[in-house]
Amino acid sequence: MVEFLQFTLSGVVFGMIYAAIALSLVLIWRGTRLLNFAQGGMAMLTTYVAIEVIYKTNSYWAGFVVALAAGLILGAVSELTVVRPTVGKPELNSVIVTIGLLILIEGLAGIFFGGGYRSFPAAFSVTGLRVGGTPLGVSRSDVFTTAAVLATTLILALLFRYTTAGLRMRAAAFNATIAQLSGIRVARVLTVGWALAGLLGALAGVLVSPSTFLYPNSMDAIFVLGFTAAVIGGLDSPAGAVVGGLLLGLALSYAGGYWNSSLTSLVALGILVAVLMIRPNGLFASARMRRV
Amino acid sequence: MRTLPRRLAVAIIVAAIVVFLSIKLNAFRDFQIAEIATEVTAVAGLTVLTGLSGQISLGNGAFMAIGAYATALVLIHLNWPFYLVLVIAAAVTAVAGAVVGVAAARLRGPYLAGATLLLGVSLPSLALAYPGFFGGEQGLNVVFNTPAFLGVNFPLTRWQAWVSSLVALIVLVLLANLDRSRIGRNWRAVRDNDVAAALDGINVAAARVRAFVVSAVCAGLAGALLAIVTGLVAPGGFTITLSIALLTAAVIGGLGSLAGALWGSLVIVLVPVYVTDVATSHGLSSSVGANIPIAAYGVVLILVMLVFPHGIQGGLLRLISAFTGPGQKSRIRRTAPTRHVTPSADQAPASQHEKEGTS
Amino acid sequence: MKKSQRLRWQAAAIMTAAALGVAACSSSSSSSASSASSSNAALTASAPGITATTITIGSHQPLTGPAAPGYSEIAPASNAYFQYVNAHGGIYGRKIVYKYLDDAYDPTKTASVVRQLVLQDGVYAIFNGLGTPTHLAAVSFLNSEKVPDVFVASGCECWNAPTTYPETFGWQLDYISEGKILGQYIAQHFKGEKIGYFYQNDEFGQDGVKGLNDEIPASSVVSKQSYVTTNVNIGPQVAALRASGAKVIVAYSIPAFTALLKLGMLKLGYNPTLVVSDVGSDPITLSGLLEAFAKQGGATVNGNQLTNGIITDEYLPALSSSDSWYTLFKMIHDQYEPKAPLDGNFFYGMAVAYTFVQAMLKAGRNPTRASLLSAIEGGLPQGPMVAPFAYSSTNHLGVTGAYMGTIQNGVVVQQGSVLTTTTDATSPITPYTGTEEQAPASGIPSP
Repeated sequence: MVEFLQFTLSGVVFGMIYAAIALSLVLIWRGTRLLNFAQGGMAMLTTYVAIEVIYKTNSYWAGFVVALAAGLILGAVSELTVVRPTVGKPELNSVIVTIGLLILIEGLAGIFFGGGYRSFPAAFSVTGLRVGGTPLGVSRSDVFTTAAVLATTLILALLFRYTTAGLRMRAAAFNATIAQLSGIRVARVLTVGWALAGLLGALAGVLVSPSTFLYPNSMDAIFVLGFTAAVIGGLDSPAGAVVGGLLLGLALSYAGGYWNSSLTSLVALGILVAVLMIRPNGLFASARMRRV
Repeated sequence: MRTLPRRLAVAIIVAAIVVFLSIKLNAFRDFQIAEIATEVTAVAGLTVLTGLSGQISLGNGAFMAIGAYATALVLIHLNWPFYLVLVIAAAVTAVAGAVVGVAAARLRGPYLAGATLLLGVSLPSLALAYPGFFGGEQGLNVVFNTPAFLGVNFPLTRWQAWVSSLVALIVLVLLANLDRSRIGRNWRAVRDNDVAAALDGINVAAARVRAFVVSAVCAGLAGALLAIVTGLVAPGGFTITLSIALLTAAVIGGLGSLAGALWGSLVIVLVPVYVTDVATSHGLSSSVGANIPIAAYGVVLILVMLVFPHGIQGGLLRLISAFTGPGQKSRIRRTAPTRHVTPSADQAPASQHEKEGTS
Repeated sequence: MKKSQRLRWQAAAIMTAAALGVAACSSSSSSSASSASSSNAALTASAPGITATTITIGSHQPLTGPAAPGYSEIAPASNAYFQYVNAHGGIYGRKIVYKYLDDAYDPTKTASVVRQLVLQDGVYAIFNGLGTPTHLAAVSFLNSEKVPDVFVASGCECWNAPTTYPETFGWQLDYISEGKILGQYIAQHFKGEKIGYFYQNDEFGQDGVKGLNDEIPASSVVSKQSYVTTNVNIGPQVAALRASGAKVIVAYSIPAFTALLKLGMLKLGYNPTLVVSDVGSDPITLSGLLEAFAKQGGATVNGNQLTNGIITDEYLPALSSSDSWYTLFKMIHDQYEPKAPLDGNFFYGMAVAYTFVQAMLKAGRNPTRASLLSAIEGGLPQGPMVAPFAYSSTNHLGVTGAYMGTIQNGVVVQQGSVLTTTTDATSPITPYTGTEEQAPASGIPSP
């Protein structure tokens, strides 16, 4: 029973990381109908920026804030330089372009920061919390991770719902032409969407790097699972991203604990296939199926 | 390529060129010819799947793995001649392709991408989970020798180049035939508008599954070639990088075009080696020197996509049509399925539920 | 219309040829064996890759990709030692040119770069090829091409096959022998305690477990947990180990996962004794991985505190200033690769380069590929190794033993004498009574 609790709690923590990546992918998909394969790479780069700041200033929170800011900037710059030119061209071009961006970022990270492991600090202590004498298998840092992702999701949800900026973004996603005719600067809105996605990715990177150590390829596996979570939840649904992330995190934790840790990626595939068989557009899809 | 005789003629010319080059160039170039031929086989199948039938696959590396492992296991346990082994590899991957195709038949766009991505990532881990049969992380050794009739001194690399190129050319001719047949036309109809295609009497699901089977068989044959050319079949050789490289080659070369498969394969095999040579000849330190080719490769991908939106083949066709003047039927439309535009309501029905959603 | 289409396809075919031709002409190859220079009549181009002035060797290394952290330091370290030798007379006057190419730990790429090195660049030998699955993709080719394949950077016993792979030699302590040495220590010092295994699910971990099982009674082992490098969430495994009540954990893990194990243990408040394979126990690497966590809670905790008490084995001397090899390698490090961390991987790279130089000096003034093989098979002095090599015409395995030690304040402190053994399940583990060599004053081995 204690083991089950430990598996569950650690599954939730990793699930929140996948949810953060999934959310960033959903943001970009809803806004621009693009898949950003470079999301993990961008998260890795902003985490490197954070570690440099942390070592120079000896303050974790300075690095944390700078990482998020760097995420905003990196997202916006990527959209403006590399992704914008693919609008109006065949769909897969943007996929290849973001893959090229990912490869470029990983190469640059290797050049400027070296290929070795960097140890990344956690926000709070990593010693486990206990209830009575039983260790729960999570630490204060893990609690912070969960809270941070949930809080960011909530803030973004409120932003979209209740602010004019959010309304503009939803309008542009609903129908770009009409939005443009209403005076909304659609192009700017797209950039903002990518910037926010970059912020979410940076958050995920900073939160997960204590457990993976930081090196140029450290976010690759996390990205794949985040993408899977987004697909499971439905690429149009932010709630789906969070639910998909949690589901995936828990399932992989149980599979690794009770079955075989080498087969966790197959378990993920199984879950994905199972979900898509029933709902081809994800759990929270609102698209109607067209049957002919 | 209108008719079979023309295609065969071109194939024979290319085969002759390959034989000529394989004798003239050194053994390492022969190995590269074999590598390119292997990639072309896989990329051609993928470009048909993604370009002609409109289904994106980020997991064709998994089919290559299936073909490679089938080859290794048959050679180790049954020791059949290679052409039979190719048939087995094709058969096994055809079944796998059918299974995946059926599972993927209802999936579109990013959902299909996500499912195939995870397939590519997770399938090689089966080799780690059942190491007794699949050889675990160390993999399975494959022994492939030149046949006796060529004599003792015939270089193995040249024979590998010939075998791979032969398989690649056969696959290309067959795919070109399919492309021009009713099956190919059905694929393009399904890709462009599956509702209209269904109304027209085309069995959409069958067409899509058929495309998956074809691309899987191509990838499986490429896997068999990979097994005999490198001599080792191990999970480390079938990472997600491979699947992504295949898709990259297909798009860079020109999606939906078989010549594009060749251009793309040339790019992904030769560009990294070339850039590495340039970097090391400038004596850069290892960490910088090893990563420069990677960064450069990323830049190349981005630039090619921005400058040649229809890939290299599209760019070449534009060049040729610029020389040969107007009156050319544009082939570009064959290779450019859906266009990406910023979303509008009819493309994003999810947005109609905007009011109920939280964000 | 038909005509122009034919034109197009012919153009395509011709462009194919042109592209291949361009590929053939581009990307330079390094110098191949040339005729003897007139300046030194005694030195000749006695083998491929050997000229009157240079010896060119190649290697495949994971310089990029998920396996690069840590391992990418080894080849530059070897190169630093070679440059030192080159600056002090070289090998009978020839300079060593070390060309190591990136294979990103992908066996397909290994096959390609090894063929490039041998077929295009004409290297004399392949030196210190890194990785078991990667090198397995190269070993058959190298042996059929009769290219010396010396001092593979892997502890697999598969390199010890003088009949099938006569060109191939190991160097480091193989994983089975190491497992036996660790296992005997545990069986003696933790008699009756519950033991748990935490091992990488590949040949490295599995061979280690084989060796451990030869020495540790099966009834003592209460849990065997494996991990794969693609899944960093090892929380379930640590929880399972804790639930089994193991008081000693033997970790056959790479440094990253040793560190994750330690962190996982912290998270569960679980503090068994940790015995770690040499592969994953370098104190400097571990401290580097754990240092960020040592800064927790405001107190300036030394990263070393988290590594104190870890038991491990070592076949190279400890990185302490009292050791003559450390002094030599540190001097070369500071001169040629000052920015790289001077840790276990760096030391390894320099040590294996030293052994190679010893072998080349023994191979003669005008070495051939065959003379290098017989030089090694005739036996090599142990150099920086703490135990002897046992190279012979029937034994191509690496060094024969190691000493046990405990990490204290970032350094491995030796406990007891050096122990030697073989991969045989039943062969004994015997203390080595010989003395270790001191580093030569010049830094270069005597011929």
